[in-house]
Amino acid sequence: MPTTAPTGLAAYSEVTASEASLKRFLHGLPGVDQVGAEARAAGLGTRSIKTSAKAWALDLAIRMVDLTTLEGQDTPGKVRALAGKALHPDPSDPTCPSVAAVCVYGDLVGEVKEIVGSQVNVAAVATAFPSGRASMDIKLADTRDAVANGADEIDMVIDRGAFLAGRYLQVFEEIVATREACVRPDGSHAHLKVIFETGELQTYDNVRRASWLAMLAGTDFIKTSTGKVQPAATLPVTLVMLEAVRDFREATGVQIGVKPAGGIRTAKDAIKYLVMVNEIAGDDWLDPDWFRFGASTLLNDLLMQRTKMTTGRYSGPDYFTLD
Amino acid sequence: MAKNSTPFEYAPAPESRSVVDIKASYGLFIDGDFVDGRGSSFKTVNPATEETLAEIAEASEADIDLAVRAARKAFRGWSRMPGKERAKYLFRIARIIQERGRELAVLESIDNGKPIKESRDVDVPIVAAHFFYYAGWADKLEYAGLGPNPQPLGVAGQIIPWNFPLLMLAWKIAPALACGNTVVLKPAETTPLTALLFAEICQQADLPPGVVNIVTGAGSTGQALVAHPDVDKVAFTGSTDVGKAIARAIAGTGKLATLELGGKAANIVFDDAALDQAVEGIVGGIFFNQGHVCCAGSRLLVQESVAEEVLHRLKRRMATLRVGDPLDKNTDIGAINSAEQLAKIRELSAIGEAEGAERWAPACDLPSSGFWFPPTVFTGVTQAHRIAREEVFGPVLSVLTFRTPSEAIEKANNTPYGLSAGVWTEKGSRILHMANELRAGVVWANTFNKFDPTSPFGGYKESGYGREGGRQGLAAYLKSTGLKGGDL
Repeated sequence: MPTTAPTGLAAYSEVTASEASLKRFLHGLPGVDQVGAEARAAGLGTRSIKTSAKAWALDLAIRMVDLTTLEGQDTPGKVRALAGKALHPDPSDPTCPSVAAVCVYGDLVGEVKEIVGSQVNVAAVATAFPSGRASMDIKLADTRDAVANGADEIDMVIDRGAFLAGRYLQVFEEIVATREACVRPDGSHAHLKVIFETGELQTYDNVRRASWLAMLAGTDFIKTSTGKVQPAATLPVTLVMLEAVRDFREATGVQIGVKPAGGIRTAKDAIKYLVMVNEIAGDDWLDPDWFRFGASTLLNDLLMQRTKMTTGRYSGPDYFTLD
Repeated sequence: MAKNSTPFEYAPAPESRSVVDIKASYGLFIDGDFVDGRGSSFKTVNPATEETLAEIAEASEADIDLAVRAARKAFRGWSRMPGKERAKYLFRIARIIQERGRELAVLESIDNGKPIKESRDVDVPIVAAHFFYYAGWADKLEYAGLGPNPQPLGVAGQIIPWNFPLLMLAWKIAPALACGNTVVLKPAETTPLTALLFAEICQQADLPPGVVNIVTGAGSTGQALVAHPDVDKVAFTGSTDVGKAIARAIAGTGKLATLELGGKAANIVFDDAALDQAVEGIVGGIFFNQGHVCCAGSRLLVQESVAEEVLHRLKRRMATLRVGDPLDKNTDIGAINSAEQLAKIRELSAIGEAEGAERWAPACDLPSSGFWFPPTVFTGVTQAHRIAREEVFGPVLSVLTFRTPSEAIEKANNTPYGLSAGVWTEKGSRILHMANELRAGVVWANTFNKFDPTSPFGGYKESGYGREGGRQGLAAYLKSTGLKGGDL
């Protein structure tokens, strides 16, 4: 968990004191040149990660997966099966690490918790996921319910309507309130991830502003997408967010995690993200505490590549479980 | 969860050398065949290892005479060939370059020292693009706006540098051939191998003998080529000193020349720039190709109000640059091309320090053999420092500051050169204003070192004259129609 240096954040209390000052601050952040950011992300994508580095990266990527199912058709049976997979992604290989967390809707947290106990975290989406269109009370109740059900982590969505309308303080206050709703009776709190739905924010300038907004509001993680809107996570969007957490730590001393979610399906893609984490934010972020992949199909490709690294052969998809 | 105990170390990812076949010795390519030179020979080495790669013939005056005669003989047929037929050859060459792209890239990196990711992703694709582009012009010269019935000049003597051996070859040969000229080309002494492989590609493409002749050698070979009475046109890319010597040598002879010479480009960062991308542009501007780029952004002009922040970000970024084996796919900065060039870079850097500028380079392990220089930045540089005026032609950046746009323009233009410049700002109107005021052949806005065959390239002042690339590049290889490059 971040060892919050309140002195660092306190310097920004005036920034978040009013709508006008917050807007001035966010609009005063250096712009992002779209062409340049995309070129940088593409350049990092050409790194060639082989042999020992690849094996290391695959295991790390598995440990960073938030194994996710967020469907209307999710049943207790489905999420229990997913929980089993989260514990032992490759049942034939005991050296294969567990994933970081299982990510489900709030009402199914208990089902997952029964299987994984405290070995793997349980993340729940909240605040009227995925659209974020509900009254504040409903969003907070949604959050409290998930926390009461035992969620270790809460993935909230921001009100994109308010953000795009320029009502930044409203978004800020929602995040602050949701963070308070994450506090458990014993005083500890569920880890908060703030989802921007970058596919709806559209510009990298917006992504950078949303990142700073959420970090100032006290989030633990910033997350790209719900997975319900295209495009979901992309390399350049994640690049801009990694630059933001890097700059934020330099400014405040507070480290924030990053979670790209949706659309990352292959081990090759996952490794590109890890290279970017390494070269943009630095190796302090190369840890499941600070970087996650929100994904479902990604895990099997990681496992397939992992098996290939150890045996030298590719196995068919039927050798990996479908849960 | 505990933090990872090991950092993310990228394992070596070398591109295989097996794709290239380097012979023990090479002759000259004259009249469609490889022939032994009549002069002496020299060695070309791999600058990353100092290993001798091959023995190369040094063309004598007699060899140059043979090559020019072959080119003259071939000119009759080539210049009268319908443009669409010449285009077929150029298209064929372009396709073979693409097919043999990996071979060309690996050979270029071995002989030159540049990282494989640049030879593979920048040099070779742009080389092919140049041949494709000028192939398209070969049958449309009448419509290029250069007057009716445009005619080729004759035999072009072309001398190219070692920093982009194959790319400079393409910039020279593609437009010359498209316009119906024949060429005698001399690659640089330290990087002849890809030009000789290109000669093989000409054979493979069934290019008529004598249309392209490749003569290897050093300065005296180049002098002989420039001085040959039957050369109609000299095209040179290289240092300003040699460019001046060429201009003197051909004065009064009626030979035409295009010269693409040195530079000391200003890369200007305003306080409203997208800083992370500006830092990328600064890094790409000066460390691309080890800084062996005539249009390199070697003078960073940064607005004083953001200077500290930009420098902080720049140094942090420089610390992630990977210097080493040019054939490793993860290498960002390769080897310095030669011992001579390394000595020059060291000398000018030492002068920079002696003149009081502050020198900084990230900690990086340099290989024990070969020619290496770490990415280096000098701060506290003023217009009076030699490192702010002279071309270092290496991975060395001089940082100066300015207060207002007019001061930036003044400082940027206060150089004998004028090849390129960069402007970083989120304000569109400022970009247009700067582009008008900067006396440089190319002004890049929010990007740097972007090359495209459709875009003319060339310099003001001591950076040379004539333009290469684009429709304007055709004018350099066609008889004067009263239009100058500037009229286009």
